[in-house]
Amino acid sequence: MASSAVHGAATAAGLSRPPAVHRRAAHRNLGDRLFRLLLRAAGGTVLLLVVGLAVEMIVGALPALRVFGWRFLVTSVWDPVAEHFGAVPFVYGTLLSSLLALLIAVPLGVGAAIYLAELAPGWVRPPVAFLVELVAAVPSVVYGLWGIFVLAPLLRTWVQPALGKTLGFLPLFQGPPYGVGMLAAGIVLAIMVVPFITAVSREVLLAVPNSQREAALALGATRWETTRLAVLRYGRSGIVGAVLLGLGRALGETMAVTMVIGNRPEVALSLFAPGYTMASVIANEFTEATSDLYLSALIEIGLLLFVVTVAVNALARLLVWSVGGAVKTVRE
Amino acid sequence: MKTWIAALALLVTGSLAPGAAAQTLINGAGATFPYPIYSKWFDAYTRVDPEVRFNYQSIGSGGGIKQISSRTVDFGATDGPMTDEQLKQAPGELLHIPTVLGADVVTYNLPGSPKLRFTPDVIADIFLGKITKWNDARLTAANPGVTLPDQPIVVVHRSDGSGTTYIWVDYLSKVSAEWQQKVGKGTSVNWPVGLGGKGNEGVAGQVKNTPGALGYVELAYAAKNALPVALVRNAAGKFIEPTIESTTAAAAGAARSMPADFRVSLTNPPGDEAYPIASFTWLLLYREQPDQAKGRAIVNFLWWMSHEGQKFAADLLYAPLPRPVVKQIEARIKEINYQGKPLLAAR
Repeated sequence: MASSAVHGAATAAGLSRPPAVHRRAAHRNLGDRLFRLLLRAAGGTVLLLVVGLAVEMIVGALPALRVFGWRFLVTSVWDPVAEHFGAVPFVYGTLLSSLLALLIAVPLGVGAAIYLAELAPGWVRPPVAFLVELVAAVPSVVYGLWGIFVLAPLLRTWVQPALGKTLGFLPLFQGPPYGVGMLAAGIVLAIMVVPFITAVSREVLLAVPNSQREAALALGATRWETTRLAVLRYGRSGIVGAVLLGLGRALGETMAVTMVIGNRPEVALSLFAPGYTMASVIANEFTEATSDLYLSALIEIGLLLFVVTVAVNALARLLVWSVGGAVKTVRE
Repeated sequence: MKTWIAALALLVTGSLAPGAAAQTLINGAGATFPYPIYSKWFDAYTRVDPEVRFNYQSIGSGGGIKQISSRTVDFGATDGPMTDEQLKQAPGELLHIPTVLGADVVTYNLPGSPKLRFTPDVIADIFLGKITKWNDARLTAANPGVTLPDQPIVVVHRSDGSGTTYIWVDYLSKVSAEWQQKVGKGTSVNWPVGLGGKGNEGVAGQVKNTPGALGYVELAYAAKNALPVALVRNAAGKFIEPTIESTTAAAAGAARSMPADFRVSLTNPPGDEAYPIASFTWLLLYREQPDQAKGRAIVNFLWWMSHEGQKFAADLLYAPLPRPVVKQIEARIKEINYQGKPLLAAR
């Protein structure tokens, strides 16, 4: 996931493939041929891993698939004692918390990247870029602890009452302020995702050739117009790659979310209400799942997370391709 | 190249061989709750018998039951007894051997942390979502002299499957018919109300940060972190403070009616001094051991654990087994055999 997004960003940034002549020459040399074989094996292993993962999870989920069938996807009861399992609250929680995270993180992350690549004075860039990468390397449990002990009390005492008072007519901001819940999960995820989006977007913007900027400026564009029309448009699919990388992290993030989301398998419209995600329920319940059906239901949740991740990524890529025509004309 | 490999092989076999010849390695897996005391025991036991080494993986009770049932470990460990069906599926007769006791305590976040008293029905109704305010008539009636605020109760429970939850809901199932019927018991359940916190630290953190919150944590965790804990009314009608002594008393109260396989729930036991939300934690092993040397090492350890080993319990905030239960365990240990011959040396 991560590597594909980075790769997407790199190709979009205009790194061209080696010309065909070089590839033909490689056949003559034994060392080159061995190297090719080795790389092919490495590439194949990735594919094998994904297929193996899918097969293993389908086999593991079979008992649950047989008992619940499609009902698993449309029921929202999760009762390990009576062994009634439905995935709706978890799918909903995963999608909503990730969406919330992107809503916050994309403007922030891309904005920071534009500043670092286009506007910041030279002496600011290296330290800030270094800090961004540092933040990306902080373990998620640290974000979770910060979420419990700093963010949640802050949300409960200040943010949620204020939101309730001003925007309380919207169902999104109703209910008692617990601090923990969907909003806290979205914010923690956003903070975790921002450095990824910033770091990759910055690289993408730096790879935009200067001729683009010079051409726009020569046509009389302002700095903002240059950034918007020449730089951002040129790097658009690379930036989408950066956002996808962030989305991947948000969808699969387990520890930090588990610590702040409230872990309640319920579909609630309010962002103040506790929720649950697919990754969280697996992390929470897998070790103590004693019965076979229970375990199998958890594996099916894992399978579902796999499918949802692939589907969301595919959708996003489709989106890129559908607007990709404009990018190509600019590039040529 | 060849000499390289030869040298490497020599190095590996040379370093491993003497150890492997002299030592018996016993593998175990299961519950996380007793892990601190088990690792203490396994360490201390190397001074009793330096030839035996233990390798214990605290992967959870579910994993412990699975692994001993498929004979991939020499013993398992669990916080909830195996069901009849699980025992039937195992390839041999499994014994439950109690090792220590644990207890769950009620902790809460109220201004000034007053000492509160809870009756069983009040605890059950709070967790069923029927009592929602701190100044509910039944709560104030049980706590004369304490002014309880007009504030909603924020219920906090464990989100991860755990032995702590098993003890808790086992207790609620015993004291409330409605809980038994609506929710039931297991290592995780479908909670009618509340927020889920991961682990004891998750629940405690949530309670600490939320005014008006109430949750349950393990006795040892509450004591180590000096959390406010409530007195709970036991079956004899007395309000009991959760302590190591009152937890041991829970097992003593149940000793008279102890079933031979120790698969017993200790919650809400008889006895004036008994704290009602307590439970054994068990080791699981086969009555007929497949390996003589390992089997002998295990029974010797079990004997030591249930006698000398018990004195390590209180320091780590586990409740030691009461005398009458140790006597009953002795009888079980003597039954463990290899091809029909008892493994325990005559004592």
